[in-house]
Amino acid sequence: MDFSTAISPHIKPRNRVDKMMLQVLLALIPGALAMIWFFGWGILFNLLVASATAIACEALILKLRNKPVRSTLCDLSALLTGILLALALPPLAPWWLAFVGTAFAIIIAKQLYGGLGYNPFNPAMIGYVVLLISFPQQMTAWIPPSTIAATPSFLESLQLLLGLIPESLNIDAMTMATPLDTMKTELGINRTTGEIMDNELFGTFGGTGWEWIANAYLLGGIWLIYKRVISWHIPVALLFGLTTISFIFFLTGPDSHPYPFFHLFSGAIMLGAFFIATDPVTASTTPKGRLIYGFLIGLLIYIIRSYGGYPDAVAFAVLIMNLTVPLIDYYTQPRVFGHASENNHEQ
Amino acid sequence: MSGRNYGKVCRDGLWNNNQALVALLGMCPLLAVSNTLMNGLGLGLATTLTLICSNTIISLIRKQVPDEVRLPVFVLIIASVVTIIELCMNAYFHELYKILGIFIPLIVTNCAIIGRAEAFASKNPLDLAALDGLMMGLGFTSVLVLLGGLRELIGSGTLFAQIHLMLGEAATGWELTIIDDYSGFLLAILPPGAFIGLGLIIAVKNIIDSRQPQKSSPKEEAATFAPQTENI
Repeated sequence: MDFSTAISPHIKPRNRVDKMMLQVLLALIPGALAMIWFFGWGILFNLLVASATAIACEALILKLRNKPVRSTLCDLSALLTGILLALALPPLAPWWLAFVGTAFAIIIAKQLYGGLGYNPFNPAMIGYVVLLISFPQQMTAWIPPSTIAATPSFLESLQLLLGLIPESLNIDAMTMATPLDTMKTELGINRTTGEIMDNELFGTFGGTGWEWIANAYLLGGIWLIYKRVISWHIPVALLFGLTTISFIFFLTGPDSHPYPFFHLFSGAIMLGAFFIATDPVTASTTPKGRLIYGFLIGLLIYIIRSYGGYPDAVAFAVLIMNLTVPLIDYYTQPRVFGHASENNHEQ
Repeated sequence: MSGRNYGKVCRDGLWNNNQALVALLGMCPLLAVSNTLMNGLGLGLATTLTLICSNTIISLIRKQVPDEVRLPVFVLIIASVVTIIELCMNAYFHELYKILGIFIPLIVTNCAIIGRAEAFASKNPLDLAALDGLMMGLGFTSVLVLLGGLRELIGSGTLFAQIHLMLGEAATGWELTIIDDYSGFLLAILPPGAFIGLGLIIAVKNIIDSRQPQKSSPKEEAATFAPQTENI
């Protein structure tokens, strides 16, 4: 192999890692603000705890591994992992939930595999799944959005963060199933989708509040595509995959299968499609591969949502497809310029 | 190994060629049963007993067994030994037997046992073979106990749960609750916890090894590792 450098002029690369990460963080702002608006201060505290933990753990492990600490931390990838994980946590979470999840994500899912660029699985989603299967009670402590009932005040949220239960709050009365959870449970007792969506929890498309959060993420995601931080392949294929399969099932029985828009605008679909599935390290890297990868995540989300044990499925679907990325990349390598196309099919 | 090198047999069994951490044999029972400290200890001791008995018998008959049929003979001996141990456990530690369940008869399939029979007992005199069985067994048991203890501590915040199953009713109160009011880190008790825990223990062992000054020559190192390829 000859890697000789061509003579000048050279094209300056458009993006660096830290710049890309910063743009992704900026694009998350509308979604994060929407979540804080609908679910209260708890979300903000989760974000703070997770970011601090992510940076501290990354620094600690980098020091143990004798790697440059400051310059690696400045690529912002650890911070992004912390933020993405925190956005998936419920607002009533105690501090240790964000702490344990982020520490696991950074130390085990990212740094033990070799750090940024070497981790086969999305660290934030590993952290989320670890929390989901280890602490089901704390991980389902969602509250109705602020349009239905008042969210805990700043002080109450602070107490909840420290693991104390404020006297002014009755946690059992306050927590409420998410729209996806409600849909799953009530379909299980043979109610029709029409009856279920009469509930005040449901808005025009998805859940009240949730659909606006989804819109905010969608906005951020479109900006990312516009800025060419992410390519359009994965989000479009993912949303297309989910729409297709949910539309087919909707046609077979509209009473027992919610319409596609409900699936698109509830849970973590928009966050997953634009910010999680597009992780440059763990996603497929070829154009055709990205389409397959995104489409299959969309299908898996529907299958796991409908037939799995948990109401939402973005994390599981992304992790399963992370496993298949080497295979997808192997079979979808584009033809190298100047080589015959048969070379691809030799093996 | 013509010289009676007891020290080397002990070191190999407990550390250098630890069946769980270095040879990575017997993973199935190791990962499945190490969810509490006492389960790990119970299975570890049963495996140790099997190893001692099978190594002893195989070493005794090593000159009579033709090379061509040695593996079926080994399997037969190991299976007989495990059956005896299984019946004894059923009689004397019935509750523990019920918890360990299928993993007691499955000791037969533990590669560590036939591995030691093939690689060591069939080539060495009685005393060395028996000592090797004991040390390999203790090495395996210590990993089971360590992993079981870690998973129990992290997963449910206790240690020595159900100790009375092994030590009798007198030990009922010996269970330690290390962390009060602990909601439990379920992952540690679930199967992924076993894999992650074992990986971390192996990593710690490798760190300790790499920090030690290189005493053994490369030749000796090669001799230690040679039997392993046969095992697999």
